[in-house]
Amino acid sequence: MIADLAVQGAQMLVVLLLAPLLTGVARKVKAHMMRRQGPPVLQVYRDLIRLLRKDVVLAENASWLFRVLPYAIFSATWVAASLVPTFATGLMFSWSADLIAIIALLGTARFALALAGLDIGTSFGGIGSSREVMIASLAEPAMLMIVFTLALVAGSTQLSTVAEFMLSPNVGLRVSLGLALIALVMVALAENARIPVDNPATHLELTMVHEAMVLEYSGRHLALIELSAALKLLLYVSLIACIFLPWGLAPAGAPLPVLAGGAAVYLGKLLLAGILLGLFESVIAKMRVFRVPQFLGAALMLGLLATLLLFVSRSL
Amino acid sequence: MSLTVALTCAALLLTVTILAVAVGRSRAAATLIYGPCLVLSALSCLAAVAALGGGSAAETIKLPLGLPWLGANFRLDALAAFFLAVVNLGAAAASLFALGYGRHERAPMRVLPFYPAFLAGMNLVVLADDAFTFLVAWEFMSLTSWALVMAHHRERDNIHAGYVYLVMASAGTLSLLLAFGLLAGPDGGYAFADIRGDHPSAGLAALVLGLALVGAGSKAGLVPLHVWLPLAHPAAPSHVSALMSGVMTKVAVYGFVRIVFDLLGPPDWWWSIVVLAVGGITAAMGVLYALMQQDLKRLLAYSTVENIGIIFIGLGLALAFKAHGMLAAASLGLTAALLHVFNHSVFKSLLFFGAGAVLTATGERDMEKLGGLIHRMPQTSFAFLVGCVAISALPPLNGFVSEWLAFQAILLSPQLPSWGLKLLIPTVGALLALSAALAAACFVKAFGITFLGRPRTPTAERAHETDSFSLAAMFSFAALCLMAGTLPSIFIDTLAPVTQSLVGAHIPAQAAQQWLSIVPIAESRSSYNGLLVFLFMMASGAIAAFAIHRLASDRLRRAPPWDCGYPDPSPVTQYSADSFAQPIRRVFGSVVFRAREHVEMPPPLDPRPARLHVELRDLIWDMFYAPVAHAVGFAADRLNHLQFLSIRQFLSLVFSALVLLLLVLALWP
Repeated sequence: MIADLAVQGAQMLVVLLLAPLLTGVARKVKAHMMRRQGPPVLQVYRDLIRLLRKDVVLAENASWLFRVLPYAIFSATWVAASLVPTFATGLMFSWSADLIAIIALLGTARFALALAGLDIGTSFGGIGSSREVMIASLAEPAMLMIVFTLALVAGSTQLSTVAEFMLSPNVGLRVSLGLALIALVMVALAENARIPVDNPATHLELTMVHEAMVLEYSGRHLALIELSAALKLLLYVSLIACIFLPWGLAPAGAPLPVLAGGAAVYLGKLLLAGILLGLFESVIAKMRVFRVPQFLGAALMLGLLATLLLFVSRSL
Repeated sequence: MSLTVALTCAALLLTVTILAVAVGRSRAAATLIYGPCLVLSALSCLAAVAALGGGSAAETIKLPLGLPWLGANFRLDALAAFFLAVVNLGAAAASLFALGYGRHERAPMRVLPFYPAFLAGMNLVVLADDAFTFLVAWEFMSLTSWALVMAHHRERDNIHAGYVYLVMASAGTLSLLLAFGLLAGPDGGYAFADIRGDHPSAGLAALVLGLALVGAGSKAGLVPLHVWLPLAHPAAPSHVSALMSGVMTKVAVYGFVRIVFDLLGPPDWWWSIVVLAVGGITAAMGVLYALMQQDLKRLLAYSTVENIGIIFIGLGLALAFKAHGMLAAASLGLTAALLHVFNHSVFKSLLFFGAGAVLTATGERDMEKLGGLIHRMPQTSFAFLVGCVAISALPPLNGFVSEWLAFQAILLSPQLPSWGLKLLIPTVGALLALSAALAAACFVKAFGITFLGRPRTPTAERAHETDSFSLAAMFSFAALCLMAGTLPSIFIDTLAPVTQSLVGAHIPAQAAQQWLSIVPIAESRSSYNGLLVFLFMMASGAIAAFAIHRLASDRLRRAPPWDCGYPDPSPVTQYSADSFAQPIRRVFGSVVFRAREHVEMPPPLDPRPARLHVELRDLIWDMFYAPVAHAVGFAADRLNHLQFLSIRQFLSLVFSALVLLLLVLALWP
């Protein structure tokens, strides 16, 4: 009981502490690809700490909701990220939300963020919110088709069960899983406001989405929102790793050395994901905002195709 | 016992109607009418909950009213008890809200007498146990609600709304009349007990299904029969809007469930295809319409259409699984549908109360003229926000639980043997996910434009908090949203006798699960624990706030908004309801609404402002209703000539009609 609780607590801390690292690695790789030195990998941590220590400059007409929402965004994202298996499956509270509930928790965070964009009554906030909800409304059906494919293959939406099933020898290479992986990567890019859907590095560009919503935030509020964004990216990486690369995950009730091994493998997966993300973002251009429906429509179609393939034959 | 209490309450509500005619003009009229309504509804709700929780057998009462050979039959079984509880819970809250809200009524005599009668009508529909009583109560409910819609008949568009409602309600009752006629058969066994006994042939059953879909669906708001709903629901006073949207549509769902699951006998497999397709289209279309609205109450009414679609998706899943003998899955689908019935009645009433409070405070329903109300109406805006989160199907509130159950039922569909359903249900699942995401967008817009930002007009700037009765009604329902979201097992277990009686199975008892989580099938498959998620969120938010304030910084200063260095003091530069919906309109609107944007850009040096004009078409109205209205008008024009005939022509017309009828009689086999 105590040990289970400790592992669950460790998971919450691990995601919180590693999330900025992933963002840092991706930034470093991107800088490297542009032949720049780039900030050190740990710069994200320093930025967060500096922001936390600064005063909050709050707009005069900001409501109480504007001050509460960063905490709501952070807590929903953090809870969601700690429910995805990272280094071990079958954690103590992993059954308290399945994949659908985890996605919905991210929906709660997004709802709060979109409201925050509207609170001050500036046009930048509005443009960000309205585009964010548009992207979400396209990403969510695509995500559900991916969940559907997984549920068809593994017979469960519980991530621990899915990961255990994927480790078992009766999975093999399947076309449907490949399609689902591509669709999931596309959804993850859109949901995390990465290139080609949105550019996390820009400011003052008419196509920006995420940055426009948080324009009025400063100090600790901004730090929480940045940390939530990093957590969300980590969540999607953990999700992809747990479903499609489940090797190295410690099973439920494993002893400490196995858990440590799982953590080391997980760190490796994170670094790999950060490098791949940096490489991908360096070689692709950002698309116009009204091309996003086509991008996410392709993800939806891939998900649907994966589901239909499974109907044709369970072994595809 | 419970049935006696419920019937007595309904009878007393009718007495209150008579009282309202007598005292309606006095100053204390609102208290004198809504007070008893509150007490009677609460009593009736308690009786229903007792009947549902007690697990006692169905009670019946036969009163010597109505048709002499039939009498008026009433019955309280699990299904009726559940809907009775939903109806009276909504009615009690609406009465509580009206204790405060009703005082601002300009024409109390147009509202007070009809309100208790409307409540009594809804109660009697649910309790009726023969076709005659059912239809009389149904029509009574329709007419009293029509009178309430027409309460403010001098306002623009309300007469049109009332007229469309009356036509659609008549058409709906007509098809229910035909459905019951077919069910009763040539012997005329109109008591539900007789109908339940003999099952109609397959063709006849299909016809009854179609008629029930039209009859109950037009009242519930299924696309394309929804057209009256966004006109009539906003036109009524807000507590009545809450009842019509939150409760009366559920009475319509009850009518459909009663006919299709109870009276019609075992379902054919293809019925579910019709119900699922209609439900999926209704859900997606309803929320897309809602997103395009600027009128807050009309947005809420269209969102009711969406939620009715979600309920029918659940019902369609239950039908599909029941037809293939997968009773456990059928009970899951039905549980999702019924839980959503309850959930929607709670949060939609809450949202209409909020809209009513905004209407009292500002006199505006148009979101483009509101904004910034969170500063002036903090309590109303908090309650409204809870309703918005709940209806957007976001954890940890209740809307998510029922949609999650619906998704779990959808994920069981691969086990179905028929190919049509196998392919249809994933598509319906995608539509359900789409409508959930769009609903979140829609309620970000509803809350964000109305309550956040800067006030767009002076009236919005002068708004004030609403009265304490209204706040009590809103906060009790907000608390119920949280409770049903964090402790769903209690509500799901209450539904077990209902699904047991309708599909012959119920999902495993949830209260016995560890940590109060809900596990519809098996823990290795899926589980959700709203309470833990809620506690985790609260704890992590509190820890973060505490740690940051203690260890880092808790200083704060106020400054003008940043807005990238160019803040504009004019509130019209904010995002409006229309502009918020623009990206989604671009994506979906060009197909669904044939949306066209016209930009009028004057040449340089011309001082005229540039204008953007958006044209949206309601294709359903243009394609279905406009031709029918045109044809009726055309026929009426032609037949009008018959009124101006000479006496000889009249006589020959009568004579030829007589000859024709005699011929028909003579030739009839």
